Amino acid sequence: MSSPTESVDPTEDAAGDDAAAGDDGREIPGWTPYREWFRDRWSEGGATAWATALGHLLVGGVLFALVAGFDLGTLPIGGSLVWFVYLSVTVAALYVATAPPAEPYVAWLEDRWMESDVDKLLIVLGHVVVVFFVFAVALGLPFNGLMGALSSVLFFTAVYAMMVLALNLHWGYAGVFNIGIAGFMAVGVYAMAILSSPTEAGAASVPGLGLPLPIGILGGVLAAAIVGLVAALPALRLRADYFAIVTVAFSEIIRLTLNSRTLQEFTIAGVTTGTGGATGITMPGNPVRLLFYDGFGAGAEPALLGSVLFPLFRGLRIELIPPGSSWLGVVPLPAFTLDLAVQPSVISNWAYVVVLSAFVALFYVLLVRTGNSPFGRVLKAIREDEVVAKSLGKDTNRFKIVAFMFGCGLMGLGGILWQGSQGFTNPGAFRPIITFYIWVALIIGGAGSNTGSVLGGALFAGALWEGPVYVRRVVTNYVDFGSTPSTFPGAVAPFVEGEVLPFLAFLLDNVSALRFILVGVILVALMQRRPEGLLGHRKEEAAAISLTRPGGGGGGGSTTADGDAVADGGREADGDGGAR
Amino acid sequence: MSADDSVAADATDGDAADAEPSEATAQGARDAADHPLVVENLRKTFGGITAVDDASFSVAEGSLTGLIGPNGAGKSTTFNCITGVHEPTSGRVTFHGTDITGMATHEIAQQGLVRTFQIARELPEMTVLENMMLAPKGQVGERLTNALVPGLRDRVVEQEEELLERAWQQLEFFEIDHLAEEYAGNLSGGQRKLLEMARALMTDPEVVLLDEPLAGVNPTLEEKLLDRIHELRERGNTFLLVEHDMDVIMNNCEHVIVMHQGSVLAEGTPEQVTSDERVVEAYLGGDV
Repeated sequence: MSSPTESVDPTEDAAGDDAAAGDDGREIPGWTPYREWFRDRWSEGGATAWATALGHLLVGGVLFALVAGFDLGTLPIGGSLVWFVYLSVTVAALYVATAPPAEPYVAWLEDRWMESDVDKLLIVLGHVVVVFFVFAVALGLPFNGLMGALSSVLFFTAVYAMMVLALNLHWGYAGVFNIGIAGFMAVGVYAMAILSSPTEAGAASVPGLGLPLPIGILGGVLAAAIVGLVAALPALRLRADYFAIVTVAFSEIIRLTLNSRTLQEFTIAGVTTGTGGATGITMPGNPVRLLFYDGFGAGAEPALLGSVLFPLFRGLRIELIPPGSSWLGVVPLPAFTLDLAVQPSVISNWAYVVVLSAFVALFYVLLVRTGNSPFGRVLKAIREDEVVAKSLGKDTNRFKIVAFMFGCGLMGLGGILWQGSQGFTNPGAFRPIITFYIWVALIIGGAGSNTGSVLGGALFAGALWEGPVYVRRVVTNYVDFGSTPSTFPGAVAPFVEGEVLPFLAFLLDNVSALRFILVGVILVALMQRRPEGLLGHRKEEAAAISLTRPGGGGGGGSTTADGDAVADGGREADGDGGAR
Repeated sequence: MSADDSVAADATDGDAADAEPSEATAQGARDAADHPLVVENLRKTFGGITAVDDASFSVAEGSLTGLIGPNGAGKSTTFNCITGVHEPTSGRVTFHGTDITGMATHEIAQQGLVRTFQIARELPEMTVLENMMLAPKGQVGERLTNALVPGLRDRVVEQEEELLERAWQQLEFFEIDHLAEEYAGNLSGGQRKLLEMARALMTDPEVVLLDEPLAGVNPTLEEKLLDRIHELRERGNTFLLVEHDMDVIMNNCEHVIVMHQGSVLAEGTPEQVTSDERVVEAYLGGDV
């Protein structure tokens, strides 16, 4: 048990509920002796400190309930999450109270962060989960809502992770500036849709070729890779920035072609198919659904896993305190039921998230093996200085083309798993903004690091994509802004007159659009403070084996007397040592 | 060695720009046996400027040949033409009798003719060992399938172990093994020069073209680099050395080629060259 630090006012931490008046600026009668009493109890540590903190929290809880207008006799909180929240907050507050809050936590975090890549991933995902848990609690969402929100954020984490991993091969390794990702995704998705959609036309869509889904997916991946080749052959002769212009133009050409009426429906060799034009294209059903239902239609019945899991989770309520119980037969206790019921749609969403995670793992393994090989080494050399790679006998064009095709194929697969999960897509899903989001995620995670790519995907999906929307929901849940101005002048005019609320309401109302600005601000800040991203600058040696002295007789100790010093070499090695 | 055959075959290809094909071929055939690198009537123009003007010379096997000349004499352009960075306007470069004129840089390097750069071009965000391991020829892991497929990858790992051992030996030879796990970008200028030469040698080259390896190197390190070059030459490597410093050339090379205004002014032993009137004039009197 640690003693309180001099800087942190322990009462604030221990009993946040009833310490509302404890502002240093004002003199409150009786406050100072109370505070000293509390500090004395506190510094004794151990059971006394815990008892003091717990007592404060209980008193705080009762005060809170009174202020909130609850009738203490019939606390109406059984079955909802409020109880659960209060308990979690209590535990969290006690943890914070019993140790000086930030320091051990940050230290623990830093230790774990240096431990391994798995720990890094767990830390980031853990924080995303905790934050979304808090959101769900603040919104009063039931468990089902929390699980729904988490499956959504994990879905985006997984798809962004896959796309960023593929982009990292292009930019992080080979230094190929591809800003046409959305186009290669579109090729994969559309090729899969055309190959595998049913042959008889539905009411709203063009017929496909009716091939089995695995062939469709393989075809989509190959199509994306081949289109990558077509783009790469002329374009890789160009310097990085010109290549970027070619790729973004290429991606727009693909999108506009898919959007055009000309290819909406056509017949080749007696087979009618098409892109569906601007109305979009239906896709073969998501096979994960077949784990739970006996078909794809709206009227499908639960089957297999569905027939087992749906009833199990639909009624998952644990009565912790049955109605009518009391403490020692004297004090009546409120009924409390832990409501863990989850709807079928959320269960199948989670199943898809699990499938996506497996694909993220596949992408990761493939790209780590690619990076940690002589092939990856040549790619890195091309990124650093292509002339050197050439002068050492490397046919850099071959490497660039193979790497580009491989990455494009993976982008096609990522697109299929992302857009192809929905049963329907249209060209609007492949606008260049998607490409830029993937780039932002890569920059956050750190170009050149596969682990960083996954982390970047998670942080982008959690903090920049899904997060702001939930912040808006939470704030509007608690604050009533009255009428929300619909125009920017309408929001600014009252702001000038000192009325802040309409402006805030306007900002929150447009939070989806303002994410662009947030992304921009984050990028600017990142470029200023950490241009290499989270894990961008660490040593991930491109070799199939660990590059240490065989036999352990390390060259690290030997020194030569040539007098040439390594520029801050020691610091660099220390900083990266733990990250490997 | 079928040098004569291939030279003859090349000659029939009819290099249109070659002024005197028969004489050049005869020269090539004579030199190919013990002169792996032969440059004949090399010419390179950039717009109206003729950087290399009808230069012809050859490099003897196992020699340390110096290539000197005042600024603008065309030494670097000659290097670039030999190594495929520039395509010569006309003329011919043969390596062991094979016509390598206009071949891609990487193809020439794969033949065993490797260069270093005037300004050291380390790969900064790769470690010294990664720099070294990049260079060797014939790495099976450079095929993506070999790198990915589990069964095939075993061979890659095996080869990597051999290469790593070679890389360590080479680093020890150049006495930069203590920097092995450092980013190449953190090395000092002299260390980069050492790394660059060590890296070039990892390709198992027959002939190494050194473009001012001693520029910006302190005297101690210069001594060390020259020692290494001599030692490697005894092991059978051939070096063509571009250098500004006359003393270095005169004290170390057994054969010196002097270029001036794009063409070869004089050629011979250091003594012969230094006593040549035209060389003295080019260096001391003329328009440098």
